[in-house]
Amino acid sequence: MDLQLTEEQTMVVDMVRRFVRREIVPLEDKLDPDTDELPEEDHGRLVAMVKDMGLYGLDIPPDYGGPDIDMVTRTLIAIEMSQHRAGLYAPCYGVFGGAGLAQLFEANDDQKQRYLYPTLRGEKKVFFGLSEPSGGSDPARAIQTRAVRDGQDWVINGQKLWISGADKADYGLLFARTDSDKGRSGITCFIVETDWPGFHVRRIVHTLRSARYATELQFTDLRVPDANILGEVNKGFAIANDRLSRQRIPYAAVCIGVAIKAHELAVEYAKIRHTFGAPLASRQAIQWMLVDNEIDIETSRWLTLVAADKARRGDPFRKEAGLAKLVATEAGGRVVDRCMQIHGGLGVAKDMPFERWFREMRIRRIGEGPNEVQRHIIARDILGMSLR
Amino acid sequence: MPAIRMSKRWTPFNPETVKRVPGQLGVYQLANAAGEIVYVGVAGGRSLFGLRGELQKWLAAPQAGAAQFRIEVNMSYRTRHLELLMAYRADHEGRLPAANTDIDASRLGRLSPA
Ligand SMILES: Cc1cc2nc3c(=O)[nH]c(=O)nc-3n(C[C@H](O)[C@H](O)[C@H](O)COP(=O)(O)OP(=O)(O)OC[C@H]3O[C@@H](n4cnc5c(N)ncnc54)[C@H](O)[C@@H]3O)c2cc1C
Repeated sequence: MDLQLTEEQTMVVDMVRRFVRREIVPLEDKLDPDTDELPEEDHGRLVAMVKDMGLYGLDIPPDYGGPDIDMVTRTLIAIEMSQHRAGLYAPCYGVFGGAGLAQLFEANDDQKQRYLYPTLRGEKKVFFGLSEPSGGSDPARAIQTRAVRDGQDWVINGQKLWISGADKADYGLLFARTDSDKGRSGITCFIVETDWPGFHVRRIVHTLRSARYATELQFTDLRVPDANILGEVNKGFAIANDRLSRQRIPYAAVCIGVAIKAHELAVEYAKIRHTFGAPLASRQAIQWMLVDNEIDIETSRWLTLVAADKARRGDPFRKEAGLAKLVATEAGGRVVDRCMQIHGGLGVAKDMPFERWFREMRIRRIGEGPNEVQRHIIARDILGMSLR
Repeated sequence: MPAIRMSKRWTPFNPETVKRVPGQLGVYQLANAAGEIVYVGVAGGRSLFGLRGELQKWLAAPQAGAAQFRIEVNMSYRTRHLELLMAYRADHEGRLPAANTDIDASRLGRLSPA
């Protein structure tokens, strides 16, 4: 067992760290503190730099033209990419390129031509539509949106809630019930286009998150051809579930990145800020907060890297990914909270990034499977019980 | 569910009324004398004097016949601003308010409010 980074990993981490500090952080001093977008000219310039670094399209498999980066290195990069104000939900403002949704790599050739390739070229945007007003923790039971066969088409009626980016997307994955008697075996995944009649983005759902707001969707007799079923009829839930396990590792990693940055700012501030004739750093109360930060950061970092290493080796990693998500999101919240406290009034002002991290970090305990659901999954694994 | 469109009464747009606007962050709308919205604006986290400061800038250089205004204090100023612009567009066949030349319409999302 080798806990040292390889030479290549050290090089990549250094390169991304320099990029974030030299290119992203200075831009944020001028942008609105809540933004999740860069001005177009900056975006284009930074994308070109990332391409030169050989890191564009990080999550695109090498067979599709992406760089060949293993899961551990990918996790290390995610920890670096998120070390700035918008880093939790908009790491580096997307200049490393997106891969769309992992499920689309399982699409058939025709669907890949129509949806996956344009997405990889940056021409199309996609949303992921699973959660509904009736619940997101247990979507297999909660989904009430129904799809009914009509000749060569399916007709979809229903509602989705919390769907990020649907108002800007060209298409999305929509999970609907196709067999009401079969529970989790009665869900099908459809690829739907957002300009088809019957597709409505009814409103923005305002939350604590500044970046990538969520939306509420309504479908009224939305007609979808058979050719737009992803995978097979009634087998959509496995597609949703697969994404959720995989996503938990990068989801944890960006929380660690933010925690590291917050901690770094607090360490610096504690050294220079004086009260009662001595620097904050000389007070045990402050030192212990910094030590607790260190414990939280290191615990989450190693748990997340272990999960990534298991995934890289092709070993089962559901429990480890759940642990990483659970620990990193809770630890991230505690670290940001302590750093805010150390900064006093400045900690809660929009001048500093803490207030945005504080708000957005809170969502991380709910998104991508609430932490209680992670505990539920982990308990089942420990007890050798299958998920009901 | 909160209202998507702003429906408060308009206030006459002059130095006296703007002086009484709070310095908080949020969104605002300007309308012409006929009550047609000509601009949807935002007082974001970098604005020095919040809504009051943004409206004072408009008073200094009035445009598009702005004669009335209304405000909404809102800490989710960014998403609320985008929502108001998208709702306006949905209600006006894809157009944006006359003075919103600062907005790149291709970067806005599409809403179809009920
Ligand atoms: C900003 C934001 C963006 C989002 N983006 C998307 C998106 O793009 N696509 C999408 O499909 N969804 C998205 N979601 C939805 C998100 O995945 C759900 O909010 C989440 O799964 C929880 O579902 P729920 O809100 O319906 O809560 P519920 O399912 O009603 O659960 C409520 C609470 O019950 C508790 N709980 C649940 N199960 C258990 C259990 N077994 N044991 C003990 N306690 C339990 C948890 O504390 C949970 O928070 C987003 C949510 C937010 C806030």
